[in-house]
This record gives sequence, C-alpha cells and structure tokens, in this order.
Amino acid sequence: MMRAVILAAPSVDALDNPALSALLGLIVITLIMTLGVMFATWYERKAVARMQQRLGPMRVGPWGLLQPIADTLKLVSKEGVRPASADRIAWDLSLAAIFVPAFLVLVAIPFTADWFVSPMDLSLLYILAVGGLSFIGFLLAGWGSDNKYALLGGMRAAAQLISYEIPMILSMLAVVMVVGSADVYRIILYQDVVPLIVWQPLAFIIFLTATIAELERQPFDIPTGESEVAGGVFIEYSGIRWSLFQLTGYVNMYAYSLLGAFVFLGGWEWPFGTDIGWGYQLLLTMVKMALFIVFFLWVRTSFPRLRVDQLMSYAWKVLLPFALAQIFLNGLVLVYDLPDVVLLATSGGGALALCWLVYSVVRVKPRQPLRMVGNVPATAPGSVSG
Amino acid sequence: MTLLFFYVMAGTILAGALGVVLVRNTVYAALFLIMSLLGVAGLYILLSSEFLALVQVLVYGGAVMVLLVFALMLTRVHELDKKMSGDQWPLGAVAALALLGAFIGMWTQTDWPRDPDQVTLVPFATIGDALFNRWSVPFEIVSLVLLVALAGAIIIAMQEEGER
Repeated sequence: MMRAVILAAPSVDALDNPALSALLGLIVITLIMTLGVMFATWYERKAVARMQQRLGPMRVGPWGLLQPIADTLKLVSKEGVRPASADRIAWDLSLAAIFVPAFLVLVAIPFTADWFVSPMDLSLLYILAVGGLSFIGFLLAGWGSDNKYALLGGMRAAAQLISYEIPMILSMLAVVMVVGSADVYRIILYQDVVPLIVWQPLAFIIFLTATIAELERQPFDIPTGESEVAGGVFIEYSGIRWSLFQLTGYVNMYAYSLLGAFVFLGGWEWPFGTDIGWGYQLLLTMVKMALFIVFFLWVRTSFPRLRVDQLMSYAWKVLLPFALAQIFLNGLVLVYDLPDVVLLATSGGGALALCWLVYSVVRVKPRQPLRMVGNVPATAPGSVSG
Repeated sequence: MTLLFFYVMAGTILAGALGVVLVRNTVYAALFLIMSLLGVAGLYILLSSEFLALVQVLVYGGAVMVLLVFALMLTRVHELDKKMSGDQWPLGAVAALALLGAFIGMWTQTDWPRDPDQVTLVPFATIGDALFNRWSVPFEIVSLVLLVALAGAIIIAMQEEGER
C-alpha cells in the first residue's frame, strides 16, 4: 500500500525535510480551502434562494458568480472596530483559537488514496481531538468582547459544543469498533464492498445530527441566532476578523462533510475500488462531500430554530443513550463473532426507533375541538409540543 | 532536533504552570493551564505515545472549557484583580508540598531507561487490551467511583435549587 506523503506539486515530493514539506502542504490546503469557501458562500446563497423561490445574487458576474470576490474585497477593506472595553488578549487570541484548529484538522484527511499531508495511525481521534480545541475560542470571543449578547452566545456555544461532542465521538467509536482501527484510511479501505452507512445507520444519524450542532448551523444555530443573541460571539467583530470567523465556519463544514463522506459513505473506495486513479477518486470524494453540504442547506431551509433546553435535552436524553446502546450492541456482535447482518439489524432498529421518537415528539397533533366553559375555552388550544 | 523539541515543550509546560499560579485573572489562568496541558501532550508525542497525547488534548480541551465557564460564572470582571487567599492557605501549602515530596520520591525510586533506543513502543490496541481485559475490574471500579461522584454532584446541585 502506497502511503507516501505526496503533495499537490510533484516537485514538493522531492523535499527531504518533513517540516518544510508539511508547511508547504498546509499552505496549499489553506489556499484551496479559502477559494473553496468563497465558492461555498455563493453556493449557499444560491441554493437557499432556490429553495425559497428567489434568485439570489445575480448582479456581479454571470449568475452572480463573482459575488464572493466582491464580498471578500469589501470585507477586507472594511475598518476593523474593537470595543474600547474589550479584553485585548482574549479578543485577538479567540481568532487564532478558532481558526488554527480548523485548518490543523485538514492535515489528517486523506483526500485520495495517496494525496494527503500526513499519514497517522489515529487520524480519526486526531480530527476529533484537534477539532474540539476550537471551542475555547468561542468562549474567549464571547468574554473578551465585553458585550452581554456576546457572552450569552459564548456560554451557549460552550454548552452546545461540549454536549454534542459526546454523541459525535460515541458514534465514531461505534464505527471504530466495527472496523477495528481508528485510522480514517483503514476505515475507508474497509468499505470496499459495502459502505458503513449500511452497517451502522444509527451511528450515521447521530453523527449527522451532532455535526449540524457542532457547526452551529440552522436549526442548531442557537449560539449565533440573530433573533435571540443578535449574532452571538461575533457581534463585536467586523471586517477581516468577522470574515475569518465565517471562513472557519465553512472550513469546518467542509472538514466534517469530508469526515462523514469517508467514514460512512466509503470515501474514494466505494463503489469503484482503489485503482481508478486519483482524479476520479477526488471527484468521488467531492461528490459525496457535496451531498452532505446540500443536506445541511436543505435542513437549514426546512426547520425552525430549536430552544436552548430542547437542544440540550435532545443531546443528553436522546442521542447519548442511543449512542451508548449502539456501542453495547456492537460489543455483543464483536464478542460473540456474529455475522455483519446482525449489525444492520440492531443499528437499523435503533435508527428506526430514534426516528419514531423524534417524529412522535415533533409531529403536529391534530386540533382538539374547543370545549367551552361559559365564554372561555376550558383548556388552552392544542399546542405544538416540542 | 528531538532535544530542541523537548526543551521547547518543557519551557511551554513550565511557563504555563507558572502562569496559572501567578496570574490574578482567572480567565488568563485557565488559558495558561491549557498551554501547559498542550505542552504535556507534546511531550507524549516525543515519547511516541500518540494515543495518550490525543486523549490529553481531547479530554483537557473540554475540561479547560468547563473551567472557563466556571471562572466566568463564579467571578466578576472587576473583582478579577483582587487578591484571593483565604484562611486555609497553610493547609493548601502542606498538601502541595506533600504532593511534591511524593513526586520527587517516585522520581528517585524509579529505574528510568537511560537509552532512548531501548524504549518499547506500545501500540494503542495494547493499551485497550490491558484496560479492558487484564485490568478490567480496577477499570470498572474507577468508572463506578466517577459515576458516584457525578450523581452526587447532581444531587447536591438539585437540592440547592429546591431550597430557593
């Protein structure tokens, strides 16, 4: 198996110095990701507009394609305002604390079979651990801005990110149990015939839900909700700093989508195998990643924002027990050496139970006819429980 | 090269640890704490135990975050610069010195391997095997103790809320 460190340009491969080649790889990935994010902002506006029967950006360039460039120029040239009472160190450090881990995560991601920055035995654990470091930045930004809404948003971000990290790690652990390795590369190779979404649908659903919460995207955008905390931790940031926060959000979206595509959809391995060449592999990876991103946008336009207590109890009372049950059942399958079909049966049953539970709670109950006592209704009109 | 990394990491750990103790501002103290803990993770990587390093980052990243939340909820910004020491500081000093003595004792008693080439690399599957097969009963007892502590904390918090 070829696992050499191969970078974008073949000449880079000739470098013997590992530190220098790693630095070059980071620079290449950072540039590609920044351009990708610029396109993603355009695509998000277009896709959401399409779902809401609008046109979206149309003025700058054909179909508004040059809009992200105009936006970037505007944001970079804007004046960066810092509140006089803000804590200088926390204010500036929070940017780095959010920005750096998001890009460090990309180091461990194998884009094709032999196109990545650094091979690692524990790359899945690395992605989860380093990605989790950025949480501190949200709290720092909230506290350092010296703004009530920013602090509220920071506290909400802290609670939400810590809570949803646990079901996410547990769902990944279930997959690691099935594969027997915490290396993303091995997990991809394991799926040469059947992708893991078939064997572990419950873990997939938990991962998908926790991902939307970790990315703070709608309907889990409680830390940044405009109508509640007026933008949350980013409220005092403007110009280039604000755009760095936004950039990081989109980079995280790419990273988690790639992770989902690799771990559950088979990445570049399924369904064509390793031998189809890196071009097709990259295409396959990108298509699977795009599926996740389109799903996130679809969810964004479809569901209203949750309440804080609903969000927290969903993580702790619903997702966590289901994730633990999944791990326990996987352990039984491993210990007694049962066939893989049992995995599908238990996990699929769990996934159906989870979906039924969510549906039974959120479905709109049929209206009861009002019972009148005198001139007032006896009970409040049938309310939508959440 | 390895020696250089070691000194950088050791300097990070020491500077972070000193910062935690010496800085008055609780938020900065928490930041210095994560600097120190990340330095320890770097040392683990130098010792070729990536699993420990990543678990260190994963666990203490979240732990420092919770610490920050407590620091924000239990202190006020204009009180941050006040001197915070109560009557129990001699007891604290005795406990800290006793712990230091225990560590120094352990350090002198242990037979450290002098040759870096003789250090055996432990793959993380072996760690899991040791935890869940060989030492499964102590592992379960530790988990139970943590669970009891968690339940106790929740019960104490619930009672306080009910009293109000």
